[in-house]
Amino acid sequence: MASLRVAARCSPLLVRFAHRAARATAPQIKPFAPGNLLLICGASKSRLDELEKSEVNLPLFRPHDDPGPSFAELLRRSGFENQISPESISSDSTSPMKVPVSDFRHGTTCVALRYSEGVLLAGDRRATSGNLISHRSIEKVFAADRHSGVAIAGAAGPAAEMVRLFQLQLEHYEKVEGEALSLEGKANQLGQMVRSNLPAAMQGLVVVPIFAGYDVKLDEGRLFEYDVTGGRYEETEHATTGSGSFHAGTVLKLGYHANMDAGAVTDLAIAALFEAADEDSATGGPDPVRGIYPIVATITAEGYERLEDDELAERTNALIERRRTQADSP
Amino acid sequence: MNMPFYVAPEQVMKDRADYARKGIARGRSLIAFRFVDGIAICAENKSSTLRKVSEIYDRIAFAGVGKYNEFDQLRIAGVRHADLKGYAFSRGDVDARSLANQYAQILGQIFTHEMKPMEVEILVAEIGADDGDGDQLFHILYDGTVVDEETSVVLGGETETISDRFGELDGVPDLADGLRRAISALSGPDRSLTPAELEIAVLQRGTGRRAFRRLDDPEVARLISD
Repeated sequence: MASLRVAARCSPLLVRFAHRAARATAPQIKPFAPGNLLLICGASKSRLDELEKSEVNLPLFRPHDDPGPSFAELLRRSGFENQISPESISSDSTSPMKVPVSDFRHGTTCVALRYSEGVLLAGDRRATSGNLISHRSIEKVFAADRHSGVAIAGAAGPAAEMVRLFQLQLEHYEKVEGEALSLEGKANQLGQMVRSNLPAAMQGLVVVPIFAGYDVKLDEGRLFEYDVTGGRYEETEHATTGSGSFHAGTVLKLGYHANMDAGAVTDLAIAALFEAADEDSATGGPDPVRGIYPIVATITAEGYERLEDDELAERTNALIERRRTQADSP
Repeated sequence: MNMPFYVAPEQVMKDRADYARKGIARGRSLIAFRFVDGIAICAENKSSTLRKVSEIYDRIAFAGVGKYNEFDQLRIAGVRHADLKGYAFSRGDVDARSLANQYAQILGQIFTHEMKPMEVEILVAEIGADDGDGDQLFHILYDGTVVDEETSVVLGGETETISDRFGELDGVPDLADGLRRAISALSGPDRSLTPAELEIAVLQRGTGRRAFRRLDDPEVARLISD
């Protein structure tokens, strides 16, 4: 700010110039541009330009570049740069640099199951950076809105950002349009977000979510898996993602049957994560010492509900007890 | 060269204000009032799809009267402003006062600089924390005037008649009481309004992150018949 003070002694014009220069060097947010509201009222072009220069902060747009109900589009038009672009990682696009796996946090195993009342999402709590444990109680299962949720495996930073944007996208759509997106629409939206992360994924920052929700039109729970390209695949029984998904998937496959109730799927999900943690070093098992248990959430006609830690502790302890007696019996 | 006739600035402003007021008075009115658990907004609106009352953010609601397309543009701009601000900073940093100021700026700019003022009156309501201390009602007029209302406010035409009928509240009413008064104030002595002709929404404390909720017709009927 030294330059500002010097300028103040010179002339008001210079002060303004210095202010502008200071703003140019500060990155982040550019003032919102007013627009179509004034056109509708017959505003002249020069008037609009003048308003754009002033500090009016309401995001108004001209009809031809109105972002509609999309929050992502609104962000782009308002000058927020997209989080991690491939250029920000490597300027040389011909030889994309891979981010060393130990340099960022990784979230691991999540599972999802359909059952009689809806769907269940569960995820372990470990984040790793290379071969180190970087977080013991990270959350990978989130409510996306009232009737849907996401579970995410992969690079923790981009994953958390993707979830935050996805939540906002759904809420923003609902507020602007006056009604919520269909479940199919939400699943497609998430697919687009995964696809837009592809350049980062090519450089190691892979994010692979599971999307689960209660379809209020069809009156049933539905489940969607994705791959890095944004491909969207609906599953009828169960889905897994993350490094422990191989082992967790096997447990689900063996234990799953149609029309399970909430208690049975919760136990199965906990068992799947338990076995995954047993075989995969990046998946965290239950931690009774610190009181850390997997996150389990159900989505039914009543909405998204996260299970209490007490219930999870009880079910986890019962599982451990079963394993112990199995091991003891000859 | 043709010289335009001289018109006194006072006359220009008066003409514009009359024009805006006439446009606003053509539509139906609405009442917003504080009740024990939050803020209720009660509008006369036969349409169940073209809304006058909507959600802006977790604890902020918007209501408009006058020309639908004009206040709906303002509503969407408000939603965008709030969501962007919440994304750039944090959800707690989004507040009704700054939004009301933004609306006032835009409306003021248009009123003084454009050919046609906006024929709208809008309300930005926000509920505070648990004790009801931070409840705010900002009434913004077509010319950008902002009024910070205490307990209740009427928007639209015939505001004086309606607020006289609504009367001064002694203390903060509960929802059913407030609604009964608001509905009879809106309808007047000569007619009565059914729930289907009303659009009612509340910002209610203790209902989770998003405090905005619409009351459907059966719920309104049950509330006012008790």
